[in-house]
Amino acid sequence: MAKVLGGITTSHIPAVGNAIQKELYDDPYWKPFFDGYPKVHAWIKEHKPDYVVNIYNDHGLGFFLDQMPTFAIGAAQEYRNEDEGWGLPSLDPFPGAPELSWHIIESMVADEFDITSCQELAVDHGFVVPMQLFWPGAPNNPDMPRAVPISANTVQHPIPTLKRALDFGKALGKALRSFPEDAKIVILGTGGLSHQLDGERAGFINKEFDQYCLENIVSNPEELTKISRMELVEKAGAQGTEFLMWMMMRGALGDDVTEITRNYHIPISNTAAGTLLLECAA
Amino acid sequence: MAHDTHDYHIDIPGTTVFDGKMAMKGYALNKMCYGFNKAENREAFKADPEGWMEKYGLNDEQKQAIRNSDILGMIAAGGNIYYLAKLAGIFQLSVQDVGGLQTGRTTEEFQEFLKSQA
Ligand SMILES: [Fe+2]
Repeated sequence: MAKVLGGITTSHIPAVGNAIQKELYDDPYWKPFFDGYPKVHAWIKEHKPDYVVNIYNDHGLGFFLDQMPTFAIGAAQEYRNEDEGWGLPSLDPFPGAPELSWHIIESMVADEFDITSCQELAVDHGFVVPMQLFWPGAPNNPDMPRAVPISANTVQHPIPTLKRALDFGKALGKALRSFPEDAKIVILGTGGLSHQLDGERAGFINKEFDQYCLENIVSNPEELTKISRMELVEKAGAQGTEFLMWMMMRGALGDDVTEITRNYHIPISNTAAGTLLLECAA
Repeated sequence: MAHDTHDYHIDIPGTTVFDGKMAMKGYALNKMCYGFNKAENREAFKADPEGWMEKYGLNDEQKQAIRNSDILGMIAAGGNIYYLAKLAGIFQLSVQDVGGLQTGRTTEEFQEFLKSQA
């Protein structure tokens, strides 16, 4: 049976892709952000996962308002990051793992999570930037695992509750641990932390709330399910609702986790950037 | 009664909760912006903004907000920031430029405001 090694969360700000391309690792603006990743690189090198389940939120590339899935799971041979409107160069396609995708889909629906399956899915910065951060040169990194993308809706309300996100993660963890292959799996939760791009409140960041979330997601994620969705909008900012991806990731790890590294920095672009690596008990 | 307006959210000052009501109101505007994922649509808009807005059936409020580069106006007219970001890209505006425009700050002032929350 497959093993879940752990989970890694990170912000997925589009500007990061640009900074990577320009190699701004030691630039004074970027250094405090990129300093959060060497420990993640070392952990990945040591454990070499075979698969990566990348939980992100599409921002208007893969899905539009005509048909908006609450939870979508990719089941493709490969995933392309297409032009998101800014004309940035696309990377080579990311190799998929359809046999794992369909195993997850079967298991999730059996557990009464009625998801949308996608045999074609264009992936945006929410999926791509974390891959580039964790596997430098992605997808052309010799250690690049095959990927299963999972996207949750945070574009249009109603968005899932924090409890539903955590429960989704628990069912996902069960699905992964029942995959009949002797494989190692890492789970990503991307997005956040607090930020708001729109309205008179644009630029809102909430350090105190982010720290509360960072503390609790490690040891007491159930506590965070008490936060209502509107409270999340109010306290994390309109786009800080991406924290739902962190909840999904956390649910899949089980109760017993060890924190390997954490980073938090304000601001990168308009966002409070957070990174966390949690290892599952052996 | 809540069901008249299908409001399911609390009032958060300076924040529009993009729900079903807003998604219906802004559908044409957001659909046009979603189209800007493709370079040929961006070029077509640049060549003839009025014709392109007409093609997608934008209403007068939406058209006027775009003519005035009025981001808050676009949001009030149902625009969602994730789609509007693609329109902003056509005008080479960064998210800090967009933040400044919405909050009455210069881009530099907006960046300072972000830093001040560290
Ligand atoms: Fe995002």
